[in-house]
Amino acid sequence: MTTVETSEDLLCFHCRQACEDEALWFEEKTFCCEGCKTVFEILNANNLCEYYSLDKSPGVQVNTTSEENFTFLDEPSIRKKVVKFDSFDFTKVVFYVPTIHCVSCIWLLENLRKLEEAVLKSEVNFTRKTVSIDFNPRQVKLSRLAALLTSLGYVPQINLDTEETKPKVDRSLVVRLAIAGFAFGNVMLFSFPEYLGLDHVDNELARLFSLLNLALSLPVFFYSGWGYIQSAFKSFAQKQINIDVPIAAGLIALFARSHYDIITATGPGYLDSFTGLVFFLLIGRWFQGKTYESLSFERDFKSYFPLAVSRFQNGVWKPVVIYELKKSDRIRIRNMEIIPADALLEDSAAYIDYSFVTGESRPVKVKAGDLVYAGGRLIGQPVTLTVESSTSQSHLTSLWNNEAFRKREECQYQKIIDRAARRFTWVVMIFALATGLYWYIIKPTEMWLVVTAVLMVACPCALALAAPFTYGSMLRAFGRNQLYLKNADVIERMAEVDAVVFDKTGTVTYSKHPDVQFIGYLSVLEQAWIKNLTSASTHPLSTIIAKSIHQSSNIAIQSFRELPGQGIQGQMDGHTIKIGSPDFTGMEVVVNPSASLVYVSIDDEPRGYFAVSLSIRKDMKPMLNRLGHLCEAVLSGDNEKDMNKMKLLFGCNVNILFNQSPQDKLEFICNIQRNGKKVMMVGDGLNDAGALKQADVGIAVTDDTGVFTPACDGILQGDKLKTLDELLSLAKSSTKILKTGFVISFLYNAIALSVAATGHLTPLVAAILMPISSVSVVGFSSMAVRLATSRKLKSV
Amino acid sequence: MTIIILLIFISLVIAVIFLGIFIWSIKSGQYDDTYTPSVRMLFEDEQKESPKKK
Repeated sequence: MTTVETSEDLLCFHCRQACEDEALWFEEKTFCCEGCKTVFEILNANNLCEYYSLDKSPGVQVNTTSEENFTFLDEPSIRKKVVKFDSFDFTKVVFYVPTIHCVSCIWLLENLRKLEEAVLKSEVNFTRKTVSIDFNPRQVKLSRLAALLTSLGYVPQINLDTEETKPKVDRSLVVRLAIAGFAFGNVMLFSFPEYLGLDHVDNELARLFSLLNLALSLPVFFYSGWGYIQSAFKSFAQKQINIDVPIAAGLIALFARSHYDIITATGPGYLDSFTGLVFFLLIGRWFQGKTYESLSFERDFKSYFPLAVSRFQNGVWKPVVIYELKKSDRIRIRNMEIIPADALLEDSAAYIDYSFVTGESRPVKVKAGDLVYAGGRLIGQPVTLTVESSTSQSHLTSLWNNEAFRKREECQYQKIIDRAARRFTWVVMIFALATGLYWYIIKPTEMWLVVTAVLMVACPCALALAAPFTYGSMLRAFGRNQLYLKNADVIERMAEVDAVVFDKTGTVTYSKHPDVQFIGYLSVLEQAWIKNLTSASTHPLSTIIAKSIHQSSNIAIQSFRELPGQGIQGQMDGHTIKIGSPDFTGMEVVVNPSASLVYVSIDDEPRGYFAVSLSIRKDMKPMLNRLGHLCEAVLSGDNEKDMNKMKLLFGCNVNILFNQSPQDKLEFICNIQRNGKKVMMVGDGLNDAGALKQADVGIAVTDDTGVFTPACDGILQGDKLKTLDELLSLAKSSTKILKTGFVISFLYNAIALSVAATGHLTPLVAAILMPISSVSVVGFSSMAVRLATSRKLKSV
Repeated sequence: MTIIILLIFISLVIAVIFLGIFIWSIKSGQYDDTYTPSVRMLFEDEQKESPKKK
């Protein structure tokens, strides 16, 4: 049997989170909510409790409020898009499940056939967070399978768009790397006699080795290193010079010169340096691409929209894909579902939460016949709506199709590495010309040999490695501190930020845990009564108040009444309790602009009021102090009720703007940028998405990775917002480290160039210099990043 | 001396075969998910488990 008890520090057996309101007991174990308890019951009944012994926190808190309905999956048109293979008695489907996070998840999902007999096989791909299920479609419906996963807390995310453009894994880089590494090793082996000067002993053998090297270098040039040469020509076509131009010049010079030497039998060639160079370069590229494959940054609003909705047609409610909705269709929306298209309300009243669109956290009340905008979330009783315009024309879609919301192409942004490469290329070209001219005058026969030698050693291998290794280790360092950046370019842009703009709701303040204060006096028993009464109501403020009270009683409510727009009323133990507006409870209006007030009277005697306001994240103030003048503004979609609180937090020098629409926020960012500032936007909701894209660096704050983030440059864990200033200064120091790495690699190049220009470059010197310069630069940048992180991130 | 040349060719052929196998293993997706199989192999087999509990 389950009993209800008050508790605060009990941990839920299933999800290992503190039981916030009340704990449920079952088999001497505590659970924070019905959802978690149900999962345990399912697992317990099927002998699957090993789930809990594999990992410390296996369970995912099950959100009981969202009753996702998957019946639309059985519609043949949708089903065809979702399944990978379909036949009479065998179907294969791959679900994307973002909540997969530990060993237990894998174990449970791969044991699905114990819960559902029709499942033949299920396999998890942890890196991509997908589960692939083979099942018998005659025994179980696809919708039932999705519902089963949902009931276990693994809600599959189904998006018809992403199904069409499946992300393809790029394995070719590893193949390129493998071939280059193979050739490098073997060429080194065959060059050994050369290093030791054996060519005098056996000329024939040396010749054979040279020819073998020649053969091995072909796939390296035409397959592994071909990308650099292509990229160099592309940048020539665009009349730009990037880092690949001097690299390609060096590669071509090395390759051509070695072939010439070997074919004419004038020398052993530089193929060991050539293959080694390509190998090191590819390692750098691989290292760069290795970070955060599993985080998704490019989600747009469509992934938050429901895929299907039930429509009334020919006398029955049937699920339909939202793209097929037409004007004057009648649709039904349930609690916590998102409205897919602008529509008119048919029922008498409904509460709509527009926080996705406006950032305003308080639900808006809508009356019959009012227009409800797409993107709003229904709270409370199911309602029927009449569609006003189809999804593609509605409010949100038109907003996101706005040209201004598209982020400019990455390539337009000038990277530090390309600026350095441009200078470098000019210096090298002038140097090569000068030496060529000099040798043309002194000894014309040697000219081409010296010029190719100059181009060969000028190849900025170390320069090209410095950036991926510095930024790669930096990305990892940020990742350890729970700031997940999209790519290395973001660090560069972060280093230049000189203005930070914050969103208020959900960023500076928590959206999930509002502050509830009672002003007045209530006895413990009375508090319990109020909890029972407010629990019975679906009004959002009632739910918040019910959650904040930890006392409870078993007394039944008599003559419960809910008067829309006024309040709730009920009798308990013979006392009449009224909760709601001042008129309804017969109390005087209190002026408190920073909170929503809910008044309480018992037996018509005024007892006080609940003040519900948003709570501010911990340790924001010291962080803002350290940030100082960098903090530029706070933008909020909310009304001005929190003005004083924000003034107190941010001080007087910061712009605090309220009632900002997504478009306003975007324009505000544009304005600062026009004044020549680099802006970092820190926001959370869909209403910030435009601003996040426009800003030089857009950081999305989330309390739950993998759940809700608009398209952005980086994702920051909510409780790490207090370290934002440290993260910024770390980004700044990474630019310094990179520049020092450039200087070191340039020194090596200078030494090598002086050797080459005088005509003394032998294959052995080249073979020693190249790896030394690469290894020292890589070593320096990794060490320096480690040092910088431990110095800058003291508070972590 | 010719034996050295023969040995070199044999070693090179063997190396190329291994390279081919490695490339095949990449292309067949064996390195796509390096985490799940490492965990999967440690799970108990069900046959042993069910008689114990019943």
